[in-house]
Amino acid sequence: MRTAVVVFPGTNCEHDVVHALTVLGGEAELVWHRETDLSGFDGVVLPGGFAHGDYLRTGAIARFSPVMSEIERMAGQGRPVLGICNGFQILCEAGLLPGALIANRDLAFICRFVDLEVTDTDTVLTRTAEVGQRVRIPLNSYEGSWVDPSNTGRVALRYVDDPNGSQQAAAAISNDEGNVVGIMPHPERGVDELLGSGDGRALLEGFLHSLVPA
Amino acid sequence: MKVTVEITRRPEIADPQGTTIQRALHDLGHNEVISVRVDRVIHLEVEGEDPSQVQARVEDMCREVLANPVLEDFTVEVVE
Repeated sequence: MRTAVVVFPGTNCEHDVVHALTVLGGEAELVWHRETDLSGFDGVVLPGGFAHGDYLRTGAIARFSPVMSEIERMAGQGRPVLGICNGFQILCEAGLLPGALIANRDLAFICRFVDLEVTDTDTVLTRTAEVGQRVRIPLNSYEGSWVDPSNTGRVALRYVDDPNGSQQAAAAISNDEGNVVGIMPHPERGVDELLGSGDGRALLEGFLHSLVPA
Repeated sequence: MKVTVEITRRPEIADPQGTTIQRALHDLGHNEVISVRVDRVIHLEVEGEDPSQVQARVEDMCREVLANPVLEDFTVEVVE
C-alpha cells in the first residue's frame, strides 16, 4: 500500500507526513506537483504549507497543478484523499470538498494544541476512531475558518473550543462518500508523545487502514 | 486594453478584516461608520480590439480562477 505525498512549491509539511505514515507502518513517497501519473499509489495526502505562496487565495493556484487531475481521478474512484491544513484549502478550491477556508475569526495566526471530538467515523480519517473520542493535536493556520454556504459538508471532527469561527466548529470535513477528507489541524505532528501528543496516530491509522490495493 | 476586476465577498460571508477596521475607526472617533468590507481589485492589461470580447474573456477568467464562486462575486470593467 503506497501513499503519495504531494509537494507543491511552498509545501512545508511533507516530511512530517512521510515520517508519520512510516512510523505507523505505511509506505509513503514524495511526489512533485507536476507528476501526471499516480497509478502506482493507493492513496494521496496533500500536506500543509503555502502552495504557490498562497497567492490570490489559499489553494487557488495549486488546484491547477498538473497532479490535480490524478487526485480528482483517485477521489472519484473512492481512494483515500487527505488534505491537511493547506491541503484542505486546496481540496476546497478544487471542488473536491464543499465550502472554503477564510481568515480566522479573530484575525490571529493560531499555533497551539487544540482538542477535537470525533463526530463521524464513516470517513477514511476517522474509521478506526469512535464517535465522541477526543484527540489533541496542533493547529497551525491563519485561514482556518471553514465556511460552507451550501451546507453539504459532513463534519468528521469538531473543535471542542471553537478557536477560529469555523462553521459548525468543524475541524475536519469529508465529501459524501467519506473518502476525501480535509483537516485543518495537523495529525502528522501528533504521532509521538515526546513531542507533545500521540493522538494523531488514531487518525492516520484510519487513513492507512482505508488503503486498498490499486 | 486595461481591465479592472473587482472581487467582492458575498455579504453573508464574514469579513473579520472589515470588522477589525470598523472597530479601529470607531476607536478613533469615527462613529458614523456603519460597516466596513475589504475587497480585492485586480488590474489587467489584455490584448484585444473589441471591448465586449475582452470583457467576456476576463469574466471567464473570473469564473475559472480569479474569484471563488463559493464566497465571492465579481464585476469586470474595461477601462480603456
